[in-house]
Order: sequence, then C-alpha cells, then structure tokens
Amino acid sequence: MLARDDQDSLKRTPLHGLHVSLGGKMVPFAGYDMPVQYPAGVLKEHLHTRNAAGLFDVSHMGQIALRPKSGRVEDAARALERLVPQDIVAIAPGRQRYAQFTNADGGILDDLMVANFGDHLFLVVNAACKEADEAHLRANLSGDCGIDSLTDRALIALQGPRAEAALAKLCAEAPAMKFMDSGPRKVAGLDCFVSRSGYTGEDGFEISVPAADAERLAKALLENPDVLPIGLGARDSLRLEAGLCLYGHDIDTATTPVEAALEWSVQKSRRSGGARAGGFPGAEKILAHFDNGAARRRVGLLAQGRAPVREGALLFADSAGGEPIGQVTSGGFGPSLNAPVAMGYVPTASSALGTQLFAEVRGQRLPVAVAAMPFVKNTYKR
Amino acid sequence: MTTTLYTSDHEWLAIEGDVATVGITDYAQQQLGDVVFVELPKVGRALKKAEAAAVVESVKAASDVYAPVTGEVLETNAELAAEPALVNSDAQGKAWFFKIKMADRSELGGLMDEAAYKAHTA
Repeated sequence: MLARDDQDSLKRTPLHGLHVSLGGKMVPFAGYDMPVQYPAGVLKEHLHTRNAAGLFDVSHMGQIALRPKSGRVEDAARALERLVPQDIVAIAPGRQRYAQFTNADGGILDDLMVANFGDHLFLVVNAACKEADEAHLRANLSGDCGIDSLTDRALIALQGPRAEAALAKLCAEAPAMKFMDSGPRKVAGLDCFVSRSGYTGEDGFEISVPAADAERLAKALLENPDVLPIGLGARDSLRLEAGLCLYGHDIDTATTPVEAALEWSVQKSRRSGGARAGGFPGAEKILAHFDNGAARRRVGLLAQGRAPVREGALLFADSAGGEPIGQVTSGGFGPSLNAPVAMGYVPTASSALGTQLFAEVRGQRLPVAVAAMPFVKNTYKR
Repeated sequence: MTTTLYTSDHEWLAIEGDVATVGITDYAQQQLGDVVFVELPKVGRALKKAEAAAVVESVKAASDVYAPVTGEVLETNAELAAEPALVNSDAQGKAWFFKIKMADRSELGGLMDEAAYKAHTA
C-alpha cells in the first residue's frame, strides 16, 4: 500500500471528483490517482464498451501543440519528421496518424498521435513520457516550432458501437467523421478537439476539452444510459484484445518499430528508396530491419487452457528443457473472447501463425500458439 | 456441528471432525474483483501450513491461496474449476476450493473466529 504522503503527491485529473462520486476504485497510475474500475467491475465494463459505449478519462495523457514559426504547417510537419519515422507531411488537414518517437538505437521513446489542425500539429503522448517528450521536442524543434503543452485541457475517450449516437446528441458533426479524422469541433457548445479514434479496437472518439468544462461534458455523456464510466482495468483488457501496444510493456527504448510489428505505421516515403527516406533517429537500424528483417518480433499468443499467461512469463520452444526463446510483454484474460490472451516477443523464425510454443506459468509449461492480432476484430469506421 | 474459522490471509475453513473445507472469504473476492481462473491442488497432495495450495486469478492479477493447516487434500471443487465466477457470487458457499484432512488440530488455535476476522477486515 502507498503511504499517505505518496497518495497526496499523486496528481489529479479534472475528472477526479467525478470518478470518486461514481464509486471509482482509485489507484496510482503514471503519477495520477486514477480509477482502475467502477462498481460494475472490469468484466462488465469491458463488455459494456464492446456492446454499447464506455467513457474513459485519459486526461493524464499529454496534449501538445506544435506551432510552426513560419506559419506553414508543413514546416512543423517536416521538423517533426526529424524525430519520427512516419510521413507527417502527408497528413492532410483534419486528419491524424499514429507515430513513434525513436532513439539513436532505433528504439521507441514513446508512441503518439499526430493530427494536422490546419495551422499547427496537435500531439497526444503517453502520461509517463510526457515531460520527456516535451523536452525532446524542445531540444530538437525549438528552432522551427513553438511547443505548447496544453495542460489546461482534459481528454475523454468515448468508445464502442453506440459512441457515435451518444456523441451525436452533443455534436452534430460527429457522425460525418471517419476513422482518424481530427480537429476542432463544438461539443455541447464547448470548444473541443475531436478525433474519431481510440485505443480499444472499437469505433469511438477522443475529445479534448478545456479542463474547466470537462466534468460538465462527462456528465452530459453519462446522462445517456448507453454510456458507462470505464476504468483503467478494462482499458487494458480492451487494448490487449485489440492487439495494441502499451508503451513501457510491449514497446520501449529497446524495441524497434519493425520488431514491434508496427511496420504498417511507417509509410513508404520514409523507408529505403522513399522520397524522404530516413532522417529520423535510429534510421540506419530501423531501415535495416525493414530491408533485412529483425531477429525477433512481437506476436499474439493464444493459450489452449484457461490459465491467464501474464507479462513476464518466459516462452519456450519445447514442453521441457531448453533456454527461453522469448517473453510475454502483456497478457491476461480477454473478456470478449472469454479466454486468456497475450502478446510477446519471439525469434522471427518462431513467429509464424500457428507456431506452437510454451509459456512458463508457476513452473508449468502451458501450450500457447502464435495467433493473428487483433484478437477481437476492430470496428473502426473507415 | 461445523465451526468456521478464518486466516489473516482471507481463507475460511469450515471444520467437521478432522476435515476442513477451505475457500477464500467474501472480503477477499471483493478485493480481487472478477475471478476468471482457479487452479486447485491435486487430490492426495500433502500440504504444509502456509504453503501455496491454490491460485485464484482475477482479470488483473494472480493471487495465491495458502493452506491454512497441514494435511492431505481429500477432494477439490470441480464445479469451481469449471465456473471460476462462483468465487464472486458465493465465496463462502458453493465456491469452496478443497477439503483437507488435518494432521494437527492444534494449528487451529492460531486462526480467527468470525468476530475476530470482522475486526481484522474492518
């Protein structure tokens, strides 16, 4: 248990009071006092998100505006391309793209969302990395861009098949948005930034709202009986079923985008032979991984039994003997599948779908098979 | 005549003669949240007091269940293995984990009665 002093030093999001009033079980997460679950519990919250709509407080994440000093957004895009292997220049106004900050070894410093707001770029980064990310941006892009941490904004994710209908009552433009559309919109008359995205595998939205209005907006959404508040527990099981990486677990400074099976996120223009190939930290190693393959790879794993295989479990090629060949980086129970799901790193030679491996759990080697991700089909509105 | 005692690790024991039926308390299941998997000891296994005897896994984490007394496992709850959520719905009833033939009844002296356990979890 945390000492009282530690609890007092935890930061609070603008929705903290609402979480407590809704019966949220609060835990420390990335320096914040956050709801891990509400009275409904992780299983029901997870299934409710898949069947109706869940409201998540993701205000602990960082929101950063990159404003080009030239006034031309493409200059901010070109500058940001010095730090990420993605094609940022090609993000059209009103669109958003998934990216990673890389380091000189080709590892991942953080993963992020980048939106083109027409005159500037809008970034959403992970809570645990946000100070380092901001320093990284300042150290490398200050010549080209103003870097504003938007600390006076909250971030609410609304996810699930009824998210569109729920948001439409407060924002008439919401239904017209497609997956990864992003930009300023009025929601309930408030000045918000809305993107059609999220991290559950479901259709849904992320809504950046001024901190002072966050509780009002959350309550307006929760008035809809289809919308329930969802904690970090279900957020984790939802993203795991969706096969999405959690920074610090499935990706970190020692994994490249190719090892992490994130090739899809790196556009051809930045790869060998592309119009703007390389030019980002670790390009030599990352492009070599694209050209020649990496020695290991992130894979999905399905257990044949009922026992969850969790983060840290060692992976073996055989049911007895031998050295471990890999390790689970995320794992648990998938409520939508009603079965254990996991992901981890294995040698590329052992990464083909259907490959039989063994995960060590409490001294026993449990059979697991390399499986396609996402484990639950995503329902993005493309 | 059944006597129910409790451990500080949140196991309960229903004692009839020299056989104790063991499970986890309602307080424990509330702390764990949704239970999705239970691993039970093999019948015939000799357990020492305080040894990890079973595992209960919630959506988020795995927790050990300790043998509250020394003895031999006589029977395990097949219904629980098939339906782990029984731990959430009926922790101190249908969701018993195993029955143990106690080797040393004097070990019961260190356990709590219901009033003491209530105070322990208050």
